[in-house]
Amino acid sequence: MPAFTKILIANRGEIACRVIHTAHNLGYRTVAVYSQADAESRHVQLADEALCIGPAPVNQSYLLIDAIIAAARKTGADAIHPGYGFLSENAEFARACQAAGIQFIGPSAEAIRLMGSKRLSKIAMLQSGVPCIPGYEGAEQDDDTLSHEAERIGYPLMIKASAGGGGRGMRLVHHASELLAQIRTARSEAQNAFGSGELILERAVTQPRHVEIQVFGDQHGHMVYLGERDCSVQRRHQKVVEEAPCPLMTPELRQAMGEAAVKAAASVDYVGAGTVEFLLDQSGAFYFLEMNTRLQVEHPVTELVTGQDLVAWQIRVAEGQPLPLSQDEIRLSGHAIEVRLYAEDSSHDFMPQTGHVLRWEPALLDGIRIDHGLIEGQAITPFYDPMLAKIIAYGATRDEARRKLVRAVEDCVLLGVKANQRFLANLLQHPEFAAGNATTAFIAEHFAADPSLIPQPPSPAELASAAALLYQISAQSSAHQTGLAGWRNAGNAPWRFLLKHGEQQFAVELSVLEAGLQPRLDVKIGEQQLQLRLLGADGRWATLELDGVRRRLAYQQSASSVWLYGDNGNLELIDVSHVPASAAVGTGSGMIKAPMDGAIVEVLVEDGSKVSKGQLLLVLEAMKMEHPVKASIDGIIRRVQVSKGDQVRNRQQLLEVQAE
Amino acid sequence: MPVIQSEIDVHSPDFAKNRQAMLTAVASFREVEQQCLHKACEAKAKFDKRGQLLPRERLNLLLDAGAPFLELSSLAGYKLHDDKDGTQAGGGIISGIGYIAGVRCLINASNSAIKGGTISPSGLKKTLRLQQIAFDNKLPVVTLAESGGANLNYAAEIFVEGARGFANQARMSAMGLPQITVVHGSSTAGGAYQPGLSDYVVVVRGKAKMFLAGPPLLKAATGEVATDEQLGGAEMHAQVAGTAEYLAENDADGVRIAREIVAMLPWNAQLPTRVKPGYREPLYPADELLGLVPADAKKPYDVREIIARIADGSEFLDFKNEFDNQTICGHLRIEGQSCGFIGNNGPITPQGAAKAAQFIQLCDQSNTPILFFHNTTGFMVGTESEQQGVIKHGSKMIQAVANARVAKLTIVVGGSYGAGNYAMCGRGLDPRFIFAWPNSKTAVMGGAQAGKVLRIVTEEKHAKQGKQADPQMLDMLENVTAQKLDSQSGALYGTASLWDDGLIDPRDTRKLLGYLLDICAEADMRPLKANSFGVARF
Repeated sequence: MPAFTKILIANRGEIACRVIHTAHNLGYRTVAVYSQADAESRHVQLADEALCIGPAPVNQSYLLIDAIIAAARKTGADAIHPGYGFLSENAEFARACQAAGIQFIGPSAEAIRLMGSKRLSKIAMLQSGVPCIPGYEGAEQDDDTLSHEAERIGYPLMIKASAGGGGRGMRLVHHASELLAQIRTARSEAQNAFGSGELILERAVTQPRHVEIQVFGDQHGHMVYLGERDCSVQRRHQKVVEEAPCPLMTPELRQAMGEAAVKAAASVDYVGAGTVEFLLDQSGAFYFLEMNTRLQVEHPVTELVTGQDLVAWQIRVAEGQPLPLSQDEIRLSGHAIEVRLYAEDSSHDFMPQTGHVLRWEPALLDGIRIDHGLIEGQAITPFYDPMLAKIIAYGATRDEARRKLVRAVEDCVLLGVKANQRFLANLLQHPEFAAGNATTAFIAEHFAADPSLIPQPPSPAELASAAALLYQISAQSSAHQTGLAGWRNAGNAPWRFLLKHGEQQFAVELSVLEAGLQPRLDVKIGEQQLQLRLLGADGRWATLELDGVRRRLAYQQSASSVWLYGDNGNLELIDVSHVPASAAVGTGSGMIKAPMDGAIVEVLVEDGSKVSKGQLLLVLEAMKMEHPVKASIDGIIRRVQVSKGDQVRNRQQLLEVQAE
Repeated sequence: MPVIQSEIDVHSPDFAKNRQAMLTAVASFREVEQQCLHKACEAKAKFDKRGQLLPRERLNLLLDAGAPFLELSSLAGYKLHDDKDGTQAGGGIISGIGYIAGVRCLINASNSAIKGGTISPSGLKKTLRLQQIAFDNKLPVVTLAESGGANLNYAAEIFVEGARGFANQARMSAMGLPQITVVHGSSTAGGAYQPGLSDYVVVVRGKAKMFLAGPPLLKAATGEVATDEQLGGAEMHAQVAGTAEYLAENDADGVRIAREIVAMLPWNAQLPTRVKPGYREPLYPADELLGLVPADAKKPYDVREIIARIADGSEFLDFKNEFDNQTICGHLRIEGQSCGFIGNNGPITPQGAAKAAQFIQLCDQSNTPILFFHNTTGFMVGTESEQQGVIKHGSKMIQAVANARVAKLTIVVGGSYGAGNYAMCGRGLDPRFIFAWPNSKTAVMGGAQAGKVLRIVTEEKHAKQGKQADPQMLDMLENVTAQKLDSQSGALYGTASLWDDGLIDPRDTRKLLGYLLDICAEADMRPLKANSFGVARF
């Protein structure tokens, strides 16, 4: 097999950056592909060459096999790394690469195809003697067969889409009575999502841990496992925290699971990096769940505890070299934990967030690794996965790694887009997690009431800090005589800021006790009063003394808003001290008058109708044009003084909306 | 440049005593300011209930947060006319020079928290002075109006002269100074012309009222019955009469619109780019200014000790010190801006007057602003002085002051007596700005001297008639005269009478001068686009 020299990365975001990093370290040239939405992204900047492969939607860019092969041809790339997601587990893509004479850095198309089917892979595992959850994985898919099999397996049980992943098409069934309805919805969901309605049934394992084994095979028939990862903390079947080793692991269990994983991989002559996922129940029994035929998102925890670069391994193996280490040579030391930084609002059901990254300062502390694809100014679009970065900590012990990770998560500065930092930090600090007890049921059972999951109003300290920053930005504006910032010769009165957070508004009054470069301010927010001294603010970091305690605070001002990293994650406070008042706020009269001379051609309301602001009330025709007359406030219609056909004069009173 | 070496011992008992005396003087005028603030705050509940902001709240919302604001004549009218107890000083207006959307403006806010913002004779005098400041310094004028008009108890003192304010508005519009008025409440009768003569008018819905005659007067005059809103409500003016250009929903919204109008003026863009030089702070702290001035006004001190605490790097280029060392002249910089300085170490001698007159002409020649620091008992008297031509030289000094075409800024730091007040550019000589320290005294002569003068004159009158004056009567005459003059020469009386533009804490002197010099420099560079009749609202 001829070695390759130039690797195209058929992916984006942090994983594309991650692969480029190792490829460059090993001396390879790299090619990035990107959609129009990603033209300014980090992976495009890091690669030696980059090509646009289409518009933003994934099915017009990152999922286009032909476009990617063409990009490789055009740039002379002789290998393709698929990353994870997108085309990484697409057998057809692996085959297309092969047909084009390009090395696909991954397993064979056949292995991908087989492991891509839950049903076929389970059959293969059963045949190879890998422990599987008792269930049904037959080809017969009619309701009768499935009902019959369900009776045999017993309840509770799981219905899964054979082609599925990521929790879609999955159903937990507690009683026989729900079975048929759940089968039908799962089937149609699977059909829609994966193009196949094929289902399997499995006995439900309650409160299991999700433990997966990293395996690696080469083209010479060698196969090793590199320990396990515990990915038990999940929400909606998506992983949130991953760690290695598993807190409950014993050497014996690791060996048993590792050997089972190797057996599973060997059954398909697996080449490259793969992950065999198991459920580990309370008794220590484990069951094959699925095999992922790609590099996992959470591979860095394995890299940190083994000291190996798995991307480098992938490349070596793809070049036809033997595995760098034998099973005996693989040693695990220390503990690593990874969390995923998402652009999402954890207090609003993890709603994905879009916006612009105004600030990004990864907290590169000792023992911290941050894999990311972020650059300041970049847009977070709705087209792709909202995962922005992975923050990984390494420590001699689990608790050391956990403690470092909390600090790193809190210290990463990400402003401009809401993210899940506070959620992650709270989760890592939860006693159950700290004790290593978290199972897949952890979030639902222990964490549902966490403050990070409930919308929180900004704290007085946050409001005070934001107002102080706005004050200082204005005071130091070059439009003023800045040497005299804050100076008044007489008659001091507080500065009043109106700050908006979500839909809530907060009035903050600042009295200047001492003006200048380090203003001392007395802050009043409703009944709350606090003393604040702004010791410095350089546009990125502020140093504040709040009620005597000095702290540093990351902030970013953008137009009229200030972003802060606050007690409940990053937040945006918008200065609405000078925004136009809407008519309803004032004593706006609801008197509706004719906008000009004309004829009433339609009256859409009558006395007593309830209307809302902006609602069409009547239509006036004048100069051959129809003019809509709308409600200026919310209220009830009173005194309709015109009817259809009436001629009216400019400013003639037509009706009245009485405010409620 | 030579650096002043201070010779004051800041640890001496005298210094501590002086400092205490000055702090007491500062505290006394600050207390008056505070009382006025508290008095105005008493109206808070009433304003809240009406959905209105207090005048000072409106003002602060109008200003750029944290930008400097120089309040002007805050104690005008103190204990004069309708201000019986001193808590209603300010002439019914809160005003000053501050920044709105980065533009330096003259701002007037009717103090409607006090007597509905009615205008007393002091208020009129203040208004006219503020307009003069706008003219001299080419400042846009923003007014937050809510005034019951003239206080009718003083109608005769206000009525005829009051027209001058309107004439000034018309001339400002013609000169090219935009005037923006937000009508927050009642602005009736004569008061209606203030917005009427403004270039931009914002009215607050449901609150603004502008009419020549309100419902009661109308009914009395013509028998017509009409409501406030019909006669002059915000909507009427915005929709029908066209007196107003912008309709605001509430006080804050009105202020917001005023800010946006100012922001849209290409006011700063029309200025040539100014390079602001770097500068060093004085070598001595401003705080020491408190202990320099002897608590006993009769004791002299060197005005250079003040310079050392206000000039950049404490540097001072003394001018003709060997020729006369009573009137101190020389050059210094304030925040990088070169200035001529004239101060007093004693009475103005004929030599001192000649030196100062020459120095003023040099400043005029080189377009250098001049600072006058008053601390003088006046011109030197006596045969020698008279024979040396003190009248001639003093007159030439006054002539030079009056005619110098550069910015003149005056600070009364001590006594300002007799013709010394004139020669050192007191109010009558039209300095661009004049402020006073709270220890200062301004009078034709000291009270004691005035008492003595009258006593001597009376004694001589009696003597001419061959009579002996009753010593008790003479004592009384002397005392009453002295007391009256002293009571009318203090800093509070002076500022109440608008002899200055405000009292300042001595520690603020350098900041104040930095601000004023910048205002003057900007004004002198600013081109204005004048027109003949002002902008009309047809």
